[in-house]
Amino acid sequence: MWFFTQEEKEIQKVCRDFAQKELAPFAEKHDNEETFNLKAFKHMGDLGLLGITAHPDFGGAGLGATAATIVMEEFGRACAGSTLSYLAHTILCVNNLSNNGSDVQKEKYLPKLCSGEQIGCMGMSEPEYGSDAVGMQTKATKDGDFYSITGNKMWITNAQYADVVYLYTRTGPGKKDLTTFIVEKGTPGFSVSKEIHKMGMRSSPTGELSFDKCRVPVANRVGKEGDSTLHMMKNLEIERITIAGIALGIAEACLAQSIKYAGERKQFGKTLAHFQMIQKMIAEMYSETEAMKRMLYTVCYEYDHGQKSNTLASAVKLQLPKMATKIALDAIQIHGGYGYSREFPVERMMRDNKLNEIGAGTNEVMIMIIAKNLLNEALRH
Amino acid sequence: MNDLQKELTTSLAKFCKDSIEPHMEADDHDGKFRMEIFKGLGDFGVAGVTLPTEFGGAGLSYLDYVYVLEEIAKTSVPYAVTISVSSMVQTIINEYGNKTQKEKYLPALTSGAEIGAFALSESHAGSDAGALKTTAKKVDGGYHLNGTKMWITSGGVAKTYIVMARTGGEGSKGVSAFIVRDGMKGFSYGKAEKKMGWKTSSTRELVFDQCFVPTENLLLDEGKGFNVAMGGLDRGRVAIGAIGVGCSQRALDEAVRYALNRHQFKQAIFDFQGLQFMLSDMALETEASRLLVLKAAESIDAESTNSKLCSMAKLKATDTAMKVTTDAVQVLGGVGYTSEFPVERFMRDAKVLQIVEGTNQIQRMVIARHLKKEYEHHA
Repeated sequence: MWFFTQEEKEIQKVCRDFAQKELAPFAEKHDNEETFNLKAFKHMGDLGLLGITAHPDFGGAGLGATAATIVMEEFGRACAGSTLSYLAHTILCVNNLSNNGSDVQKEKYLPKLCSGEQIGCMGMSEPEYGSDAVGMQTKATKDGDFYSITGNKMWITNAQYADVVYLYTRTGPGKKDLTTFIVEKGTPGFSVSKEIHKMGMRSSPTGELSFDKCRVPVANRVGKEGDSTLHMMKNLEIERITIAGIALGIAEACLAQSIKYAGERKQFGKTLAHFQMIQKMIAEMYSETEAMKRMLYTVCYEYDHGQKSNTLASAVKLQLPKMATKIALDAIQIHGGYGYSREFPVERMMRDNKLNEIGAGTNEVMIMIIAKNLLNEALRH
Repeated sequence: MNDLQKELTTSLAKFCKDSIEPHMEADDHDGKFRMEIFKGLGDFGVAGVTLPTEFGGAGLSYLDYVYVLEEIAKTSVPYAVTISVSSMVQTIINEYGNKTQKEKYLPALTSGAEIGAFALSESHAGSDAGALKTTAKKVDGGYHLNGTKMWITSGGVAKTYIVMARTGGEGSKGVSAFIVRDGMKGFSYGKAEKKMGWKTSSTRELVFDQCFVPTENLLLDEGKGFNVAMGGLDRGRVAIGAIGVGCSQRALDEAVRYALNRHQFKQAIFDFQGLQFMLSDMALETEASRLLVLKAAESIDAESTNSKLCSMAKLKATDTAMKVTTDAVQVLGGVGYTSEFPVERFMRDAKVLQIVEGTNQIQRMVIARHLKKEYEHHA
């Protein structure tokens, strides 16, 4: 985008090179085998990307939503699964910890997370509490210098690889009686109970976290009891914006792949590019991708310049993943039989993108939030 | 539905639930096709629904067949597809084959003891099937086939193949249709496709290397291959439409059931208007597709096949299957994205319905061609 800073432009270049070298060539294999590209993830740490928004005092890069979204877009183009794991680490765990942790906690956890020595995840959703996350039932009960935590967290990205969990729990009966903890791997009573097989994002590990009277020291509580809602609110916008970045990357990759294929594939004596029906799909894919890009980065720019908007961040999260699914479906259609096979990446991109319509708040939740914000006044009467 | 159709679909639903459903998730994951399931469908009497009884078929109407396909697709799109392709092969042999060919090949197919497959597409001849390059060179007593067929449904598991190969010059008029049997010398299977969906159905390349096919295996005459291929086209399209309807119906069933049981914010998610809009549209589109498919099937039974309607049925029902299954995943949210629930499988299975039997772009071209013909003389 024309308003990217020099630094953001450099990140774009570095990420594009990295993604094409270290992510794209292995995306198909990891999707097939449902394995995590750990090597590439560790390299992201060497490039200084694993704490992109964290404070430089603790090993972070101290950058904003624009820079983080650029990474998502570039990585998303190459391997959305790896990007989702990157997002869970940097935005859901590191960014939260960086914003809400005490200096002692930050000093203890952030440098290793930012370097890639350790991997992070966040525990919010539960089997019975997805969209209605604040209804969660994982309980933390104070017991001297410890809290005893019991409950299950579902659909946790990076679960199997995480050394550090940024965990939300319930400490009282009220709607806002939610408290955040840092739980380390190996803490007695904490286990990863099952691997979840998914339609897409298969190179991003997803698991269920189980806590059975897990003893976590009071020192690992983030903020005060009842602070979780505040933590969640602070992180919502950047989560929605950055996940939309993955959708943008997927849409761009699908468009590029379709243009290439339409120029190569011949039927009825001419390339597909000559057929108006294909032209229509490609022209629409382009217009939609550009609309996505411009909407997304404008909202990023505003966010980085102090104009945060929950409504706009939700609108971005609603629009981009939805459009990317349509674009990816059309990309398969242009590729025909080949598009349905694993020889071409577009079917994977479609499967991957469907998650973007569900994770970090479903389309339906976005609609609820946007409507509530817009109709706030009217709803009170 | 008449009494026969009701009885047939009710007992078929039970068979599918008991014998197919329990395997679907694991077999989708492993890409495993089970011959015993296909044979079971054969024993049930649905491997050759529309074929005359003298060759072991059930002698039923195309409308009956459409109901059968929808019912199987509700449990398994890939097995419904296997049935539909095998049935198309039977129809072709029944329509264009001579008495010897019918007697020789049909009984095993109609009973479900064997599977039939149809080989037209090649790597460079998909939508443009007339550009196919596989050759059949006349030799003493038969033909030598050389070339590679691609994306062949039931490749490797089928025994009887109808293969389109070039006996003459360029274009569709130089193509002939042959009956090729599994195990013939010079006929082998190439790579198995790794696909997004339809994983329990085998899709493979067929490789012909100096494969000798006796003259008695030629269908009709030399150069009539495209007549044979096109003859099955309309019916094939309606069949895929019917499978699309079954796919949509299952996704709708799953979505409504889930929405009624799943509570968030202290109420069933079904009670949110946003979900009601989605579910209503899903039901509406599914029913509209079904009506088109039934109408097209009726035109086939009345022997006044309406090609435009057949294309419309395929187009509408498969676009709907894609939309409805995608929305079903959305209604189920996180669990919908996992293999714990079947909706993501149906979504993956739906996509290729928009591609096979003429991509949906091709269907639009066909409809436009009909429109032109209908309106031209008024202009």
